[in-house]
Amino acid sequence: MVKTLYDKLWESHVVHSEEDGTALLYVDRHLVHEVTSPQAFEALKLAGRKVWRTDSVVATADHNTPTTDWQLGIDGIVDPTSKLQVKTLDDNIRSFGAKAYFPFLDPRQGIVHVIGPENGATLPGMTVVCGDSHTSTHGAFACLAFGIGTSEVEHVLATQCLLSRKSRSMLVQVDGALSRGVTAKDIVLALIGRIGTAGGTGYAIEYAGSAIRALSMEGRMTVCNMTIEAGARCGMVAVDDTTIEYLRGRPFAPQGELWDRAVAQWRALESDPGAKFDRVVTLDAREIKPQVTWGTSPEMVVAIDERVPDPDREKDATRREGMARALEYMGLAPNTLMGAIRIDKVFIGSCTNSRIEDLRAAAAVVKGRRVASSVKLALVVPGSGQVKRQAEREGLDRVFREAGFEWREPGCSMCLAMNADRLEPGERCASTSNRNFEGRQGTGGRTHLVSPEMAAAAAVAGHFVDVRRQWR
Amino acid sequence: MEKFTVHTGLVAPLDRANVDTDAIIPKQFLKSIKRSGFGPNLFDAWRYRDAGVPGMDNAKRPLNPDFVLNQARFRGATILLARTNFGCGSSREHAPWALLDFGFRAVIAPSFGEIFFNNAFKNGLLPIVLAEGEVDALFHDVAAFPGFRLSIDLDRQTVAAADGAKIMRFEIDPFRKYCLLTGLDEIGLTLRHADEIRAFEARRRAEQPWLFG
Repeated sequence: MVKTLYDKLWESHVVHSEEDGTALLYVDRHLVHEVTSPQAFEALKLAGRKVWRTDSVVATADHNTPTTDWQLGIDGIVDPTSKLQVKTLDDNIRSFGAKAYFPFLDPRQGIVHVIGPENGATLPGMTVVCGDSHTSTHGAFACLAFGIGTSEVEHVLATQCLLSRKSRSMLVQVDGALSRGVTAKDIVLALIGRIGTAGGTGYAIEYAGSAIRALSMEGRMTVCNMTIEAGARCGMVAVDDTTIEYLRGRPFAPQGELWDRAVAQWRALESDPGAKFDRVVTLDAREIKPQVTWGTSPEMVVAIDERVPDPDREKDATRREGMARALEYMGLAPNTLMGAIRIDKVFIGSCTNSRIEDLRAAAAVVKGRRVASSVKLALVVPGSGQVKRQAEREGLDRVFREAGFEWREPGCSMCLAMNADRLEPGERCASTSNRNFEGRQGTGGRTHLVSPEMAAAAAVAGHFVDVRRQWR
Repeated sequence: MEKFTVHTGLVAPLDRANVDTDAIIPKQFLKSIKRSGFGPNLFDAWRYRDAGVPGMDNAKRPLNPDFVLNQARFRGATILLARTNFGCGSSREHAPWALLDFGFRAVIAPSFGEIFFNNAFKNGLLPIVLAEGEVDALFHDVAAFPGFRLSIDLDRQTVAAADGAKIMRFEIDPFRKYCLLTGLDEIGLTLRHADEIRAFEARRRAEQPWLFG
């Protein structure tokens, strides 16, 4: 029988099935961070239960950690509640155990969805879960990877399994070559613009086509990362040479004879020819332009050469009111040219776009230029300590600093503003992160989601600008 | 987990699509290491006129009178009526914790964010999917009839207007229904399969040893 990649991943992890289709799914990799785990460990303790398999756990503190003043140590975390959460993770990992722990201040600390892949802790064919919706990122490695809540974190800690039901399947086929200055971020934003933030609800998405094959692992991670913004819990890409070359030599990747055995198995992690999907969406990569969101949901997105939409032209009442409310929150008038929108801050970072390739791409735009004087703050927050050091070896930190960017320590930072990095009310930000929800980057803050290149170009211009012009 | 069998309560309408979990409980309140106490900060940015931070005396904060949950007629509501894609976004279980802590026992919407949907069940908050037309009609009813109440019967899978004039059926996975009706500990249920898990694990270890150790 022909199978999709999702069928293969699903079937190879079912431990037990109930009559109604509920399955007990085995979990290979459990990523843990400080925000969604304390209540799970606490409940485990109260019930007198142990962690089923500590060598499946990889943990780090990323959401609350500061991006400045690391020389102050833990005292650099000014907010006592943030500090307690970071310390609680320390205590929990110390007493329950883990395969690897990259605590605050560790040279390999970083955003959980950056450090998993870069350490080879994410391997093809795995189920990967984490109390974080952007766990879909790891699907780039042909993993079945999805976010879970804290009760499920506890369930996985205690049983190594999750109760789950199989989703329907969706193929997102992206063919053709991207124009220069158009990126993986623009592919996924264009997709969300097409199908909406609930378009993928109930589906597992597989991304395929020549444009996906041409992406680096970093690019594929960006696409899979924002799958949750399309409503689907998981997105995935089949294994190919790009996958295997990325993993070769990573610290937790198999080596020697085991590596060869692993690669032979990984090669089968693709949909069989002729496999059937419940829904197919096709995008032509040649037609995708740099994308900019204008509203408070990632589906509120247009190309840089378009205008802010006019709610009066929307027929559906709920949507029309939603658009009007979004425009009011965003402080934007209908029909404004996207290129005329001026920004106050720039954020380059997050689990979507903080990997080395993202920083290289942004630096290439910034090099030899200056951040516009009207921009109050331009931040670069590398995804991990390893990304940061790699960037510094390549001199990217100097490029950013000379242009007027601040070069920070790794973490989630202003993607969700749990630490001190945030927008003030009314401030407008060009951000490479994944959510433009009301208040996401700070109460009253206004977020426009863009690619690293587009964020860099906006920093220099002081307003959104078509980065493709830089390449003429 | 608290059982869910039959529940009758006042309905509050939240007439916006795509209500995300950041709106349900903003990130500054996720720093707690407890499961309780999130109710006063449910929908914080919409509910209050000032910027909320942890540790404030919420009783003294200025309320936004336009926000539906601040209106007298919806005080004591236990059923939230919402639009499509309610609970989209982040995986934070603090969202159902906050809704429960505020007093809600059920949310009715045409569709839900998947992770939120899952998380709700784990806590005894019942997310009910009704057709868009049915939800629309309920929004009209809530607006038209002050004190509009609904009665939810999980076993019969029905939502009924308290006067019995209208009965709607909803679907639910049998396993989820069973867990909610009995209030069973899912971990305890799963551990009944511990031998199967061990056997699965042993096979996997033999076939793909690089996944272990």
